[in-house]
Amino acid sequence: MNELIYTVAFYIFAAITVAAAFGVVTKSNLVHSALLLALCFIGVSGLYVLLQADFLAAVQILIYNGAIAIVFVLGTMLTRRSSRHGTNDTEVNIPSRVVTLVSGLFVVVTLGVIATTPWHYSSGVIVEDTPSLLAQLILTDYMVVMEAAAVLLLAAMIGAIVLAKGVEE
Amino acid sequence: MQEITGLFKIAEILRGILGHFLPDPQLVDICMSLINIGAIFTIISLTAVVLVYTERKVSAFMQRRSGPNRVGPGGTLQSVADMIKLMAKEDIMPAGADKWMWILAPILLFIPAAAVFVVFPFDNKAIFADLNIGIFYFIAMSSQSVLPFLMAGWASNNKYSLVGGMRTVAQMLSYEVPMVLSILGIVMLAGSMRMSTIVAAQQHTWFIVLQPIAFVVYVITATAEINRAPFDLVEGESEIVAGPFTEYTGMRWALFFLAEYANLLAVSVIATTLFLGGWNGPWLPGWVWFFLKVGGMIFLFMWFRWTFPRLRIDQLMSFGWKVLLPLALLNIIVTGIGMYIYEFFS
Repeated sequence: MNELIYTVAFYIFAAITVAAAFGVVTKSNLVHSALLLALCFIGVSGLYVLLQADFLAAVQILIYNGAIAIVFVLGTMLTRRSSRHGTNDTEVNIPSRVVTLVSGLFVVVTLGVIATTPWHYSSGVIVEDTPSLLAQLILTDYMVVMEAAAVLLLAAMIGAIVLAKGVEE
Repeated sequence: MQEITGLFKIAEILRGILGHFLPDPQLVDICMSLINIGAIFTIISLTAVVLVYTERKVSAFMQRRSGPNRVGPGGTLQSVADMIKLMAKEDIMPAGADKWMWILAPILLFIPAAAVFVVFPFDNKAIFADLNIGIFYFIAMSSQSVLPFLMAGWASNNKYSLVGGMRTVAQMLSYEVPMVLSILGIVMLAGSMRMSTIVAAQQHTWFIVLQPIAFVVYVITATAEINRAPFDLVEGESEIVAGPFTEYTGMRWALFFLAEYANLLAVSVIATTLFLGGWNGPWLPGWVWFFLKVGGMIFLFMWFRWTFPRLRIDQLMSFGWKVLLPLALLNIIVTGIGMYIYEFFS
C-alpha cells in the first residue's frame, strides 16, 4: 500500500517537474516562464520529501521559490513592452536544427549514462533527524566551504550596494 | 480534568467509535485524517467570519462608536450578511488581464495560508503532523504568499495593482529576514524545530521571558508579513486603491480576504506557540488556553491597526533593514553567549 503511494507520488512529482521545466523554455512570455520555474522547484522539493530529505525540501521551497519573486520582478522590469507577449522568444539567429541536434545529443548522452551506471543500494540506516546531522556536518567537516560561500555572498552584496548607490558626484 | 477534555482524548474516543463500525484499521486512520483536515478548514473559514465581526467591533471600540449592531443580536450576523453579499456580486474580469494568472492568483494565495495549519499544536498531542522541521516548514510555506500577490498585481493589467505587487515583494521579502532570525533565538533555546518540543520546553518558563527582544521583533515583522496596518502599504487604499486586488470582485476578492484572516490567525498561533507557552496552563483544558492566548494576540494585532498611522514605503524599508535586522542579529549573539554562561554555571 505504502510502496504504491510512494511510486504514484514519485511519478506525479516527476511529471510536474519535467512538464514545468519544458514550459519554462517553450513559453514566449517571460513572466509565465518564471512562474513555471516556481512550479518546477515545487516538484523537485516533492521529490526531496520522497527521499526523506525534508529539511532540504523546505530549503528548496524557501530559498529557490522565494527567489522566483525576484526573477519575476526583474522580468517585468527589464522586458516590459507594449504587448505582453514575445518577451522570451527563441533566438532566431541560431538555426533550429543545431539546437535540436545539441539538445538531442544531450538527452542521448544522459540516458546512456543513467542506463550504464551500476546503481548501488545503500544499506545504511535511514536518518530520521536530518537537520541536526546536517548542522554537524556543515559546522565541522565543511566549515571552510561554508565560510568561503559566506564571504562570497558578502562580497556580492557589497558589490550590489556599491553599484546601486552609483558613483560619487 | 485536563486529561479528559483534551483534544487528543476526544480524538481517541472518536477513533474508538469508528473502530466499531469499520473493519480495517487503515480505513479508520484515513477517516481520522479526513476529520482532522475538515476540522482545520472549519477553523479557517469560521475564523474569517468571526474575525471580520471582531475587527469591526474592536475598531468601533477604539474609536468610541458602536460598530455593527443591526443584523442579528448585537450585529453578530453582520459577517454572514457580508458573505451573502459577496457571493451574489457580479464577477468582473478586466479586459487586458492575463486570464489564467488572474484566475489562479487568489486560489494559489489560499494554499500556503491553509497549508501552515498542518504543524499547529492546538493541544497536547493534537497536531496534524508533528514534523521535525515544524517551525521551518511554517517559514517556508508562509514565504510562498509573495508570489500570488505579485501574480495578481501583474495579471490585473492595472498600474495600481502592479505597484501593489512590487510593494509586496519589497515588504515581505525584507521583513522575512528579521522574522526568521527572531525565531532562530527560540530554536536555539529549545534545541529543536519540532513544535511539540518547543511547547514542552516552555512548561515552566515562557520564552517571552527569556526572549523579549525576539518577541517584539517577531510581532512587528509578523504585522508586516500579513500586510496589516501600520504596514498595509501593499493595499494602501489612500494611495493605490486596493493594491493587487483592485480588479477583483465578489468571491475572488473574498478569497484574498479569507487568506488575510487565515494568516492573521497563523501568525498569532505561532506567537502563542513560540513565546507564550502554547497550550500550557493550569486548570483549564489545553486547547482553551491555546485559543485564549491566540485571541489575545489577535486583539494585539487589531489594536496596532487602529492605533498607528501607516508608514511610508521608504520608512518601512529602512526600519526593516537598519533597525529590525541588526536587533535580531544582536539577539542571536546575546542568546548564544547567554546559553554558554548558563551552561558554565550549571
